[in-house]
Amino acid sequence: MPTPMLNRRQFIRTHTAAGAGLAIASVALPAWAQFRVEISGVGATQLPIAIAKFRDEDRATPSLSLSAIVRADLERSGAFRGIDAPGALDEASRPVMTEWRSRAADALVAGSIGRLADGRFDVRFKLWDVVKGTELGGQAQAVDASDLRLAAHRIADYIYEKLTGDKGVFSTRIAYVTKGGGRFTLRVADSDGEGGQVALSSPEPIISPAWSPDGKQLAYVSFESQKAVVYTQDASSGARRAIANFRGSNSAPAWSPDGQTLAVTLSRDTGSQLYLMASTGGTPRRLTTSSAIDTEPAFAPDGRGLYFVSDRGGGPQIYRTSLSGGSVERITFNGAYNISPAISPDGRTLAYISRQGGGYRLYTLDLGGSGGQPQALTDSNDDESPSFAPNGRLIIYASRAQGRDVLMTTTLDGKIKARLISTTADVREPVWGPYGR
Amino acid sequence: MNTQRTLSSRNALISALAAAALATLAGCSTTKLDTPVPVESRTGSSAGSGTSGASTAGTSQSAVTPVDLSKSASDAGMGRVVYFDFDSFALKDEYRPTVDAYARALTADRKKRVAVEGHTDERGGREYNLALGQKRAEVVARSMTLLGATDAQVEAVSFGKERPAVQGSDEAAWAKNRRAELNYK
Repeated sequence: MPTPMLNRRQFIRTHTAAGAGLAIASVALPAWAQFRVEISGVGATQLPIAIAKFRDEDRATPSLSLSAIVRADLERSGAFRGIDAPGALDEASRPVMTEWRSRAADALVAGSIGRLADGRFDVRFKLWDVVKGTELGGQAQAVDASDLRLAAHRIADYIYEKLTGDKGVFSTRIAYVTKGGGRFTLRVADSDGEGGQVALSSPEPIISPAWSPDGKQLAYVSFESQKAVVYTQDASSGARRAIANFRGSNSAPAWSPDGQTLAVTLSRDTGSQLYLMASTGGTPRRLTTSSAIDTEPAFAPDGRGLYFVSDRGGGPQIYRTSLSGGSVERITFNGAYNISPAISPDGRTLAYISRQGGGYRLYTLDLGGSGGQPQALTDSNDDESPSFAPNGRLIIYASRAQGRDVLMTTTLDGKIKARLISTTADVREPVWGPYGR
Repeated sequence: MNTQRTLSSRNALISALAAAALATLAGCSTTKLDTPVPVESRTGSSAGSGTSGASTAGTSQSAVTPVDLSKSASDAGMGRVVYFDFDSFALKDEYRPTVDAYARALTADRKKRVAVEGHTDERGGREYNLALGQKRAEVVARSMTLLGATDAQVEAVSFGKERPAVQGSDEAAWAKNRRAELNYK
């Protein structure tokens, strides 16, 4: 990872969101749904960045504002606050830094969009450190029309990495399931929920999608044959196969970090138990042997342990076992109902859903030290299915709002959230894909 | 709106179409209009096996068998849904006659197969509910095998909370959704 040219701390100013501590920055994006960024909580700190409208973007790409996509990406990360940037600027401009300092911007982005002779778009941008009055770099991309959103996400990734030192996740993909019009649809979309493409459409439920570590395949549970069967599907070709279709129910697929193994929940020997099988199919090997429910496996990033949910102690709690199936260690103790474990890429944080009162709420638990206390990340009552972004800085999860199933992203401190809501469908079962596609 | 899954191969098509039409009329939000109609080509029923033009004893060529949707889901008047109490997997006494009747039918005809589908109410996670529904289905399936049905005749599966019988977020709806459905295959 390149050394960030600026130390993030020198940028961070204590920023109290306007008014009642809640600000909503809505960016108009054309599509069936949009994320709205909600900044809540006193003391949320973000780097103020001005992103000028790219020269000719209204003319070249009238249905798509690249600068707005970049701004929305950066704001959703929780690390940035967008500042309006009036006037005409592009990557060749020599901005007057004192002017931008007076607007309280610490960084500035400007760019342009042109059309190449072969029909592709030429997207260019430059990033300035307003405080120091220096250029931080820029890029030029030649992309097809279908990759314009990807180009904007790559720009956001570049800026994010330059200014924070962490790798950006904006050009990664998410998968989720929509339910509407009596159909269930597994979709693959950009990390902002836009540009969704249909991977599978079915009159029967689809649940539990999981990305292979190389980002090329999805495993999921489909009820198309009137029972739960685990499939794997190549995202680009659509080729699919029933990988676990045994007597009883087959569910909860989880990929090992090397992509070679799938952990699944099978009831072939009665009772829901965990099994391991080759991700190309074959004979499952039973991992747990309990008289209770064992389900929702999630591999530790080192590939040596497996987190899962079991009600062997009465109610559902999260446990960890070694892959030999030997020792089993209980992980969650607070509350009577803890499910849906997701492990951060560094292995240090567990995200899960805990029932508190009558509500199901997203929590995190520090796995690093001993005696970590659970932290509630939301105050909602219908959270489900957390999944970490590959840089570990955001969690995507499902919730409910305005009578619909919606998707949310949150920073790990719970302060910056964004909501993806569709007016035509319930959106659920999100899972964040790896780097690369 | 689960009546469209038919139990008798003879009236499968009619009843599926009729149930789909009913679902449309009722504005049911889980309408499964494009559920593949479970047409079966199983032979051995009384019709169609005789010589062309001749009628076998006791089979009229003119008779029309009426299909009553209120009964088509069950066989000989048996209920086909077993309900469970909150957080419970125990088969309640009132449903033992239903399970007994299915077990007798399976014992009498070893070619018969039944799927026991477990369901839960909407509260809680999808995968955990899938496992809870599986547990309910296995309780019912085990009762049938104890009464003489074979393992090969009974498959316990689960839909978790994915296919509620009733929409709604109150105890009345939840009670209708905590269930196991018995479907001949």
